[in-house]
Amino acid sequence: MPSIRLLVNGTTHNVEVEDTSTPLLHVLRNDLGLEGPRFGCGLGQCGACTVIIRGEAVRSCVRPVSTAQNVEITTLEGLSKNGVLHPVQQAWIDEQVPQCGYCQNGQMLTAKVLLDKNPNPSDAQIRQGMNTTLCRCMTYYRVQLAIKRAAKAMGTA
Amino acid sequence: MTPFTGIPKQIEAAIERGEGPSRRDFLKQSGLFVVSVAAMSAASVSLLEAQGTATATAAAGIGPYPDPDFRQLDAWIVIRENNTATFYVGKTDLGQGTGTAFRQIMADELDLLYDQTSCVMGTTNSTVDQGGSGGSDALETDGWPMRRVAAEARRVLLDMGAARLGVPVTDLAVAGGVITARSDAAKRITYGQLIGGRRFNVTLTGNNIDQTTGVAKLKNVQDLKIVGTSPQRYDIPGKVDGSVKWATGVKVPGMLHARNIKPPVAGATLVSIDESSVRTLPGFVKVVSKGNYVAVVCEREEQAIRAARQLKVNWRKPTSAPFPASEDLFAFMRAATPTFTAPVNIVGDPDAALARATRIVEAEYNIPFQGHTAMGPAHAMADPSNDQLTIYSNDMKSYGMRNGVAQFLKMPRDRVRVVWMDGPQGYGRTAADDAGFEAAFLAQELGRPVRVQWTRQEETAWDTKGPAFTFKLRGGLDAQGNLVALDWEARAADHNHLGYNEFDSVLIAQLTGQRRTTPARGSSGAPQEMYGIPNRRIAQHVVSLPLVWETPLRTGNLRDPNGPQTAFASESFIDELAAAARIDPAEFRRRLIEAFPDEDSGFKRARSLAVLKAAVDAYGWEPRSSPKAAGSGEILTGRGIAYTVRRQTIAVQIVEIEVNRRTGRVWPKRIVTAHDCGLIVNPEGLRRTIEGATLYGLSRALHEEVTFDTEKVTTVDWRTSPTLTHADIPERIDVVMVNGDPNQTRPDLPHYGAGEASLKPMIAAVGNAIFDATGVRIRRAPFRAARVLAALKAAGV
Repeated sequence: MPSIRLLVNGTTHNVEVEDTSTPLLHVLRNDLGLEGPRFGCGLGQCGACTVIIRGEAVRSCVRPVSTAQNVEITTLEGLSKNGVLHPVQQAWIDEQVPQCGYCQNGQMLTAKVLLDKNPNPSDAQIRQGMNTTLCRCMTYYRVQLAIKRAAKAMGTA
Repeated sequence: MTPFTGIPKQIEAAIERGEGPSRRDFLKQSGLFVVSVAAMSAASVSLLEAQGTATATAAAGIGPYPDPDFRQLDAWIVIRENNTATFYVGKTDLGQGTGTAFRQIMADELDLLYDQTSCVMGTTNSTVDQGGSGGSDALETDGWPMRRVAAEARRVLLDMGAARLGVPVTDLAVAGGVITARSDAAKRITYGQLIGGRRFNVTLTGNNIDQTTGVAKLKNVQDLKIVGTSPQRYDIPGKVDGSVKWATGVKVPGMLHARNIKPPVAGATLVSIDESSVRTLPGFVKVVSKGNYVAVVCEREEQAIRAARQLKVNWRKPTSAPFPASEDLFAFMRAATPTFTAPVNIVGDPDAALARATRIVEAEYNIPFQGHTAMGPAHAMADPSNDQLTIYSNDMKSYGMRNGVAQFLKMPRDRVRVVWMDGPQGYGRTAADDAGFEAAFLAQELGRPVRVQWTRQEETAWDTKGPAFTFKLRGGLDAQGNLVALDWEARAADHNHLGYNEFDSVLIAQLTGQRRTTPARGSSGAPQEMYGIPNRRIAQHVVSLPLVWETPLRTGNLRDPNGPQTAFASESFIDELAAAARIDPAEFRRRLIEAFPDEDSGFKRARSLAVLKAAVDAYGWEPRSSPKAAGSGEILTGRGIAYTVRRQTIAVQIVEIEVNRRTGRVWPKRIVTAHDCGLIVNPEGLRRTIEGATLYGLSRALHEEVTFDTEKVTTVDWRTSPTLTHADIPERIDVVMVNGDPNQTRPDLPHYGAGEASLKPMIAAVGNAIFDATGVRIRRAPFRAARVLAALKAAGV
C-alpha cells in the first residue's frame, strides 16, 4: 500500500493510503484526526474544508492527497502558536462570529490568507476575497467586521 | 464507569462536562430515572420512583438509558463541591447561543455568577426531555421551567443555610453561591459546602415538563443581574480553535462508512443490484438494500465514496411523471384540486365591501420550494455495541430521534440514546433526521458502528423543502385610501408534510416500504399581522404533487415554517395597496395597526406600533408614497418596508436597495431590523441572531429556489442552488432592539423567541424596495438578477 508523507502543522506523518487520489480532506480527518477542515460539498464550492498550502487557501476536498506531499499544510489546529490564538481567531472570538460554526474553519483560514497577502484590505477586497466561502447561518456581516478587527490587530502587533 | 461502548473519551467528556461523579452514576445512584417501559402504567412508574429507581430498574430489567425524571430537582441542577453548578437541560443550541442564555437565566435565579455555571444539553439519557429545539421556543417556553427549578434550588439552599448557620432565612443574603447572615458577617457558607456533589432530593410538580415548578417564586425582572448582560458564548472558543467535537467527527473502533444510493429518478423502483460491480473493491463490506433503499458500506470513507459511484443499480422509471417541471409548478398548483382546505375564516362581509370599494387591487404571488441545503450534508453515526444503540447526531430534536429510532427498529426506548453534538445548521426538519435513522438501521444490519454521510448532491436534491406557495389576493380601498376588505387565498404544495423523526415517514421508512399509508395533510398560510381590516376572507388550501412518497420534493419545517412565503404575499400586497392609495407605506401600516380592534395579552398591537416607529426612526424614513420618481442612471435606488409578527415577536425591516438596470442585480445597501422579543437575556447574542436571520431571509429573497424537471430535482450543488455570499450583504445592518411593552417596567416581562422572527419580513421588504426603486412589482420570488432584469425589460424600465 502506498505510503504518503504529509507535513501538517509542523509534524511529519506517514499515512498508508491505497488510493492516492483520495481527497486530502478525508486523510486529514480520518487518519490524522484533524477535524478543523470539514466536509461541506466535496466539490470545492463552499470552502468548509479549507487548509493552507504554500500560503494559499486550498480546498482539501478536491485536492488528491498524492499532490499534497512534502509541502507544509496548515489546518485550523495549527493556526495558534504556543497556545496563543492567531489574531484572526482572537478577532473571531471578540466579534463573537460563529453561529453553528461549521463553515468557520474556511472563513478563518481564507481570511488569514487574505490578510497575509493584503494586510489592509478594503471592504470591496474583503467581499471579493471571501466571496466563495459560504456560510448558511449567514455570519458574513460579523466575519467581515472580524477581518477588519484582525487587520488592525496584525498591523499594530 | 464507561458502560457498553468504546465512546471516545473526549466525547464522554463533552457529554459529562464538569467534574464530580459521572452523570450516569449520579443519576443512577440518585434514583432519578423514570422507567420508560411502554406497558408500565403511570401508577407503577410512581411506585418505582418511590421505591428508588435504581433497584427497581435492575429488578425490572430496564435498559441502560432510562429517562431522567424532570420532576426531580437533581435531574436539572448539580452543585459541585467547588461551588459551581451544572445545568442539565433538554434543549439543543443551533448556534444562536441559547446555552449561554440558559446559564444566564438559571444562574440569575440561583444567585450564582455566570462563570460558576456550565450547561449540558440534548443527550437523551443525561438531560430531561424538553424536546430539543424548534419554534424559537428556547426562552419563550423552556426558559420558564429552567428559571423555576433554579429558583427552587436557591430556596432549598437558603433553608439549608439557615439551619446550618442557626439564623432565620430572612436574615440571609446570598451572592455568588455564598450565603451570609446579615446580622453576623462571620456566619457564611457556600452552596458547595452545603450540598456539593450530593442530592437535593426535592420533588417538583407540574403536569408536563413545561410546567415543572417548585414552590419558590421567580425574581422580578428588575432584580435580575445577569439577564440583560452579554457574557460571551461559551461554545465559541472551541469552534474557533478547532477543539470542539462535532457529530460529524465521531469515530469509534471498528466503525464503518456508508453512502446511500438514491433513486436517480423520483419514484423509481429498484429492479436489481449488480454487487459484483463493487465486491472486489478494497474495503468493501456490504451492499444493504431493502425496498428502494440502497446503501453501500465500506471500511474507509473514500472506499465507500468510490463504491457508491461504481455500484451498478438497475432502476425502473415510474410510468407517470412524479411532478411537473418547476417552470410549470404554479400553473399546476392553481389547477389542482386541494387535498385539504382549512375552515374559511370570514370577518364582516368581504364581498359586499369589495363591491362598494372605490378601488380594487388584485394580485397573484408565487414563491417556489426552498431547501434547507445545510452547510454540511446530513450525517450521523450509530453504535450498536452490547445490545444497545447510541446515535451521535446534530439533529435539533435528539429526544424525538431516540423515540423514532426505537420505534423504527422495534427496540425498547431505554436501550436507545441520542447524543446531541454540534453540527451544521439544523434549523428545522432537516435531513439530519433521515441520516440518523439510516445510521441506526445500517448499524443494526451490520452489527458494527456505522457512519452515514450524505453527499452535497443528495443533501441539496433530497433534503426536506419549505413548501411552494401561490397566492391570489384582492383588496378594496375606500375613497380615503382605507383598506376596507381583503380576500386572501393561499395554496401550499405541502401535502404529506413530514414531521420530525417520525418512524413511519422518515425517508428510509418510505424507501424500505415501512411507511404509514395516510400522508400528513400539511398546512397553508394566513397573514399574522395585527391589522384592523373590517372585512376579510382568509382561505387556505393545500395541494399535492402527483408523487406523494419517496419524492425529493418532500416538505418539512424550514426555519420559520411558511412564514417568509406568507409574509412575502401579505406584506407585498399591503405595499401595493398603499401605493394604490398613494399613502406612505409605513404610515399605511401604522393606520392599519391602529385600527386593530383588540389588545391581546402580549400587547402585540402596542408593540407593533413601537417597533414600526423604532424602525422608521432608525432608518430616517421620509414620508412619501411609492414608487419614487424614476431614476435615470444605471443604478436605481429605493427603499422598502415590511412588518411581521411571529408568535409574540414583532419585526419590522427596512431595506435601502440598489437595482442594476443593466444586469438586474439587486443589492441591499442597508438594512434596518427593529425587533421586540420581550425581555432580552443577552443583547449581543440577540443582535447576532437577528443579523443572521435577517441575512438568511435575504438569501431566500435573492437566491434560493429548488428547480426540477419532470423526473428529478436539478438543484444539486452550490452552483445550481446558489445562496447568499459575502458580496451580497449590506454594507450596514442596524439592529434595533425594542421593548414595546406598554408597561416597560413590569416585573414579569416575558422572554419571547428570536431565532426566526427577523427572517420573516425580508422577502417582502426587498420586493417592496425594488418596486420603490423601479416602479416594477415583482410578484415571484426569489429576485434573481435574470428575473429582475426580465421584469424591468418587460416594463420598459
